Amino acid sequence: MSDGSWRPSADLETLKARHRLLAVLRAFFNARGYLEVETPQLSQSGTVDPNINSLALADGSRYLHSSPEFAMKRLLAAGSGPIYQICRVFREDESGRLHNPEFSLLEWYRPGFDHHALMNEIDSLLCDLQVLPESKSCQRLSYAEAFQQRLDIDPHVADMAQLRGCAEAQGIVLQGELCDKDAWLDLLMAEVIGPGLGLEQPCFIYDYPASQAALSRIRPGDPPVAERFELYWHGVELANGFHELCDAAEQRRRMQADVQKRLAAGLVSPPVDEYFLQALEQGLPDCAGVALGIDRLLMLLLGKSSLPEVLSFDWRRA
Amino acid sequence: MATYSTNQFKSGLKIILDGDPYNIVENEFVKPGKGQAFNRVRVRNLKTGRTVERTFKSGDTVEAADVHEAEMQFLYSDGAQWHFMDPASYEQLAADEPAVADAAKWIKGQEMCAVTTWNGQPLFVEAPNFVELTVTETDPGVRGDTSGGGGKPATMETGAVVRVPLFIEEGELLKIDTRSGEYVSRVK
Repeated sequence: MSDGSWRPSADLETLKARHRLLAVLRAFFNARGYLEVETPQLSQSGTVDPNINSLALADGSRYLHSSPEFAMKRLLAAGSGPIYQICRVFREDESGRLHNPEFSLLEWYRPGFDHHALMNEIDSLLCDLQVLPESKSCQRLSYAEAFQQRLDIDPHVADMAQLRGCAEAQGIVLQGELCDKDAWLDLLMAEVIGPGLGLEQPCFIYDYPASQAALSRIRPGDPPVAERFELYWHGVELANGFHELCDAAEQRRRMQADVQKRLAAGLVSPPVDEYFLQALEQGLPDCAGVALGIDRLLMLLLGKSSLPEVLSFDWRRA
Repeated sequence: MATYSTNQFKSGLKIILDGDPYNIVENEFVKPGKGQAFNRVRVRNLKTGRTVERTFKSGDTVEAADVHEAEMQFLYSDGAQWHFMDPASYEQLAADEPAVADAAKWIKGQEMCAVTTWNGQPLFVEAPNFVELTVTETDPGVRGDTSGGGGKPATMETGAVVRVPLFIEEGELLKIDTRSGEYVSRVK
């Protein structure tokens, strides 16, 4: 006897809206001289980001990609010019109202851009999607400004005890321990600051702590900051972008440090992507790139409140 | 010791926090773009009934609470304890007053109650939604009134006081909704 679980989790109108959204996205990039590309979903290596776990084949020989970043940068190093991709990506154990272990990502790279130029381009995309009025821009706040405004604390100089006190003052009761300062910053971002961002118009947060650079370049200064940004709309994180790190030696050091963190945390570590590192050694053009969650964008465009409402079949029904 | 990872969190899961059993009411997975993921949960303390919010680092584990709910038959009360029996195994359990709480005033014997146990000890007892009880004391009915619009207090055989229609008399068997404490009907 069927309980109805064979049915789609999204209604037909929503699936039609998804179709239209994909058409607008492709038209935007095609008109701007981008090449649409496809890269492998199953690779011999995977991300070593300590906070992202890859799904692997049962024999452990291949990993489902958590983002097409490495392969797309190999295309850039091979001289592709500006490229974009719309694909499904996979992240183990990420499931909830705003997460599905398999989701749709729009990722694009533009040689010659830095992170601010790329934010300008996202402004134009959001105008085409009628998220922003014609020729308007998103709000832009540095990571430090966001913390100052909401919590009156400097995220670059505050220590763990201050961040803990700040979280407690916000009524957050943490069960267990956090092992580093970045985890406390992440907690405040995820629980307090993020949900209040982009309520009127979408908001960019940029120039992250150098310790959260991921694959972005670090701009020297006091403090040094990572040329990275995130886009928030209605309190939901929609996109993450970098002025991309092109230094192969620095990239290798970061990945090795990430592997050590994973091992220390008792996590398995996929092989480091040597093809990606070879591409950086060959020479990645100075570029900026960003990944945007299509399912979340669609959810917000339609005024829905959870991902299952915009997925043909959510994780439970997949 | 059984444990749950935050990845297994969902509503209805029973866990131990600070030595007390809790029920997960709501679980939300939260994660900044890149970085540490968290589980923000609303949990209800099964001893006190209080609901609080807690945040867990995703991937952490927490001790499972050995909490079970079973339909058990109420046998009798000796004044200090209320005795229940599993109708299948004939196993008996004694619940003390804090566990029985409000249910005590609705049960007289034989009723099937939902008994929630923690490590085999009763945590709380829920009376059946409807019980049938005899009126032991109420003022005489008022002639002509059949609507029950006004109502009057009536003491039941268990000691519970229920608002009943004016036409109800002592000795009558009534059906009561234990969730609202309201009179439903006469039992013919």
